[in-house]
Amino acid sequence: MSSAPALVVDRLTTEFRIDGRWHAAIREVSFAVGRHETLALVGESGCGKSITALSIMGLVPRANGRIASGRVLLDGRDLVQLDERELEATRGGAIAMIFQEPMTSLNPVLPIGFQVAETLRYHTSLSKAQARAQALALLEHVKIPSAAQRFDDYPHHFSGGMRQRVMIAMALACKPQIVLADEPTTALDVTIQAQVLALLAELKAETGMALIFITHNLGVVASIADRVAVMYAGDIVETASVEALFAHPTHPYTEALLSSIPRVDRDAGALKPIAGQVPPITAMPAGCRYADRCPLRVERCATMPPLVALSGNREHEVRCWVRTGDGGAAS
Amino acid sequence: MSATTAAVRRSAWSRLGTIVRRNKMASFGAAIVVLVALSAIFAPWLSPHDPLEQDVLLRLASPSAQFPLGNDSFGRDILSRILWGGRVSLYVSTVAVFIAIVVGGALGILAGYVGGRFDRFVMAAMDVLLSFPTLVMGLLVVAMLGPTVGNLILAITLTAVAPFARIARAPTLTVKERDFVEAGRALGFSNLRLMAVHVLPNVLDDILVMAALWLATAIRTEASLSFIGLGVRPPTATWGGMIREGFENILDSPWLAILPSLAILLVMLGLNMLGDGLRDTSDPRLRHE
Amino acid sequence: MTTPLLEVRKLAKTFPVRHGFMGGRTGTVHALCDISFSVAAGEAFGLVGESGCGKSTTGRAILRLIEPDAGTVLFKAQDVYRADPRRLRALRREMQIVFQDPYSSLNPRRTIGQTLSEPMRVHGLGSPREIRSRVRALLAEVGMPVDAAEKYPHEFSGGQRQRIGIARALALEPELIVADEPVSALDVSIQAQILVLLRGLQRSRNLSFVFISHDLGVVRHFCRTVAVMYLGRIVERGPVPAIFDAPLHPYTRALRSASPVPDPKAKVIMMKLEGEVASAMAPPAGCHFHPRCPQAMPICSEVYPGWTQVTPDHGVACHLYPSPASEDAPRAQ
Repeated sequence: MSSAPALVVDRLTTEFRIDGRWHAAIREVSFAVGRHETLALVGESGCGKSITALSIMGLVPRANGRIASGRVLLDGRDLVQLDERELEATRGGAIAMIFQEPMTSLNPVLPIGFQVAETLRYHTSLSKAQARAQALALLEHVKIPSAAQRFDDYPHHFSGGMRQRVMIAMALACKPQIVLADEPTTALDVTIQAQVLALLAELKAETGMALIFITHNLGVVASIADRVAVMYAGDIVETASVEALFAHPTHPYTEALLSSIPRVDRDAGALKPIAGQVPPITAMPAGCRYADRCPLRVERCATMPPLVALSGNREHEVRCWVRTGDGGAAS
Repeated sequence: MSATTAAVRRSAWSRLGTIVRRNKMASFGAAIVVLVALSAIFAPWLSPHDPLEQDVLLRLASPSAQFPLGNDSFGRDILSRILWGGRVSLYVSTVAVFIAIVVGGALGILAGYVGGRFDRFVMAAMDVLLSFPTLVMGLLVVAMLGPTVGNLILAITLTAVAPFARIARAPTLTVKERDFVEAGRALGFSNLRLMAVHVLPNVLDDILVMAALWLATAIRTEASLSFIGLGVRPPTATWGGMIREGFENILDSPWLAILPSLAILLVMLGLNMLGDGLRDTSDPRLRHE
Repeated sequence: MTTPLLEVRKLAKTFPVRHGFMGGRTGTVHALCDISFSVAAGEAFGLVGESGCGKSTTGRAILRLIEPDAGTVLFKAQDVYRADPRRLRALRREMQIVFQDPYSSLNPRRTIGQTLSEPMRVHGLGSPREIRSRVRALLAEVGMPVDAAEKYPHEFSGGQRQRIGIARALALEPELIVADEPVSALDVSIQAQILVLLRGLQRSRNLSFVFISHDLGVVRHFCRTVAVMYLGRIVERGPVPAIFDAPLHPYTRALRSASPVPDPKAKVIMMKLEGEVASAMAPPAGCHFHPRCPQAMPICSEVYPGWTQVTPDHGVACHLYPSPASEDAPRAQ
């Protein structure tokens, strides 16, 4: 916790061109991830969490997207400024990504062992045989049963959970400092998800890497995150430690979200759904983007509130005039 | 995401119009096709002379003021014959392709929807039909049944049914698995209703693309059959027949054969451009999957 | 004791797996075996399990969208599988289905009005004017604006399409709705909206539900009774609070403890279960769960456990709870 953060995202803005005009998908997103820390990026579809990950990795589709401003600092280097060649050297090396759909992120016509070894050979100076041996060790490490026999099997021979383990093996092959996982367990069954989350936790403890975990599932967040950043319509609206977020959800959206989730550990109370919908990217209001749906809306909400620390807890930040105006955290 | 999609799901025709307008190649092709179609429809009014009127004195005459494209080996006006020839070619092709779409499309949808042995049987039958080259099919039909316009249409239809059956079957297999079809079954809809009202409109896109391309093939087939003498009998003007007659004088009066060839070329070009343009602009960009 | 609205008895279904040109059979998927449960009028019955357990197949078999190999389904004491086409058509009006994917459940070429009025027209339920006004009433009932009738599905969001799908299911005034993962494809905040809508409809129309889901939280919220399925069989069945607070079957326990809860003090217990679900083509002999079960005993790999009613409304199929009669009547799969 005391050393420099593994990754710093500083006022990152990414835009897309729709019908000829540029619209911001994420605006001035800033956060830092400490070494050994798991930061969860939470939000519903369209909030910009995936775009944030793609922007960090430099994978924003060039055809109609661009990083408009901001910095992504990894070890003091700004990734936004790197050219494609330098980025390629960094991706898979110092920073790696795990995607949601392992069938489309694994090449279906290449054996899995080959794909893991390929990552190693690209980023290190290992020989073919050494890379193969290392890849096998990695596959065993992620608990693929009979890894030696299945080294040359193809992705379609494996189940979803197994494929995700292969992805994790590839991501961790070069011992990255930070891993981005974009909804890695959303497509998996609940018991398999539990296994994969356990695996990630184990590996994280071993390697000391930082993890940015993107999800829409607040239950998963509660299980694995150290800190949480809640996103809505392209902005971060609340950041806090995981305990603080669930004990004192302060932003009206976070609060509303928590009250609208049916829970398996409690008897059915009334669910309180959030009325309305997220505004479309082409018609974002000028002020607070949640204002239309917010029961606490006041006049001042027509201007965008800044992300401000709560007086009771400097680690807990909220983007809301009402909840921070008089400086108090909801108790 | 939905902010970026454009086409509204109106009728198939208006969607066609939108697609055509948006794609330059398709528009150009459509323009040609429309031009040719109009000239064929209005041939009786547009042709300066009677296409069957012979004049021995004007045999193989070069283009003149009265006969802008010259005269053929019987002294008939080439321009008028080309216009009237278009009528035959377009009539035969359009009718044949239309029947092929209806019969082939129905077979394809039925086979895809019912599945199982019926599907395998129908597709095997289609494979048999596909194994016949068009000319061979034409030969067989005409030889067995006689050289009439009806049999010509039959010959071309037989070769076109199989491709349309296949083209209709493929999307049927996907569409019938969609939830809204199952919803229809749960609501007590008959299979006929599900095929006609729910599957068919979703399959129409693919069929329309094929239709344009196949019209071109049909025109070429008709011309080929007429060229080898199995098409519509002379003295009726057909493009293929004109080329055949022009062949005899190909060395000294090449334009007798070239001009009808150019006509065929033009129509096929237009249809191919239209079909290609349709194929390019339909599917992923306009589908809202 | 009133007759239950829906009674399912010993449903069984296998699917052949074919390969090759002439379609020779190379294997069999044992999708369902010995599925039995009942649903009372106005009750929400949950069917939970992970992928491949057969819950969706069960839902469709109830509606006879799939023909089972064996078993009976009684709807209001009428035999659904023995019904002739006319009777079946009448039965279809009383049981309907809501699908998971809002993007494939509506015909993209038809307007909402056409989609909603079609069932009423097909069954001859009134003049065109009456049907039109009923369409408007349905739209209002599911919280959609009335002018939606002229629009096409692509003009609506996922949550709105799901509402339209629900409206379509209500068009023929059914008494039972099979909801196959109705909120799984929706965002968290939209899920809540649809769940509230379904609950309201249940109350106002006294609807029964067979609610299929892999999300235990959603099932706990919505259902009164639940059956847990694994590889084509029901392993435990009973009232929702009992099943989720004090599960009996080891699989139910694993499922429960693996389900994430939005509370950092209740972290998912992650190492509970090793291994993957076996293939439905070759379910393990004896109890299908025994290869992964932390409490497996020798008998578990030989004999499929009989059903034991531990309390009058809570039953389980597990050798840890032997029923008095089951030892001598093994039902190997």
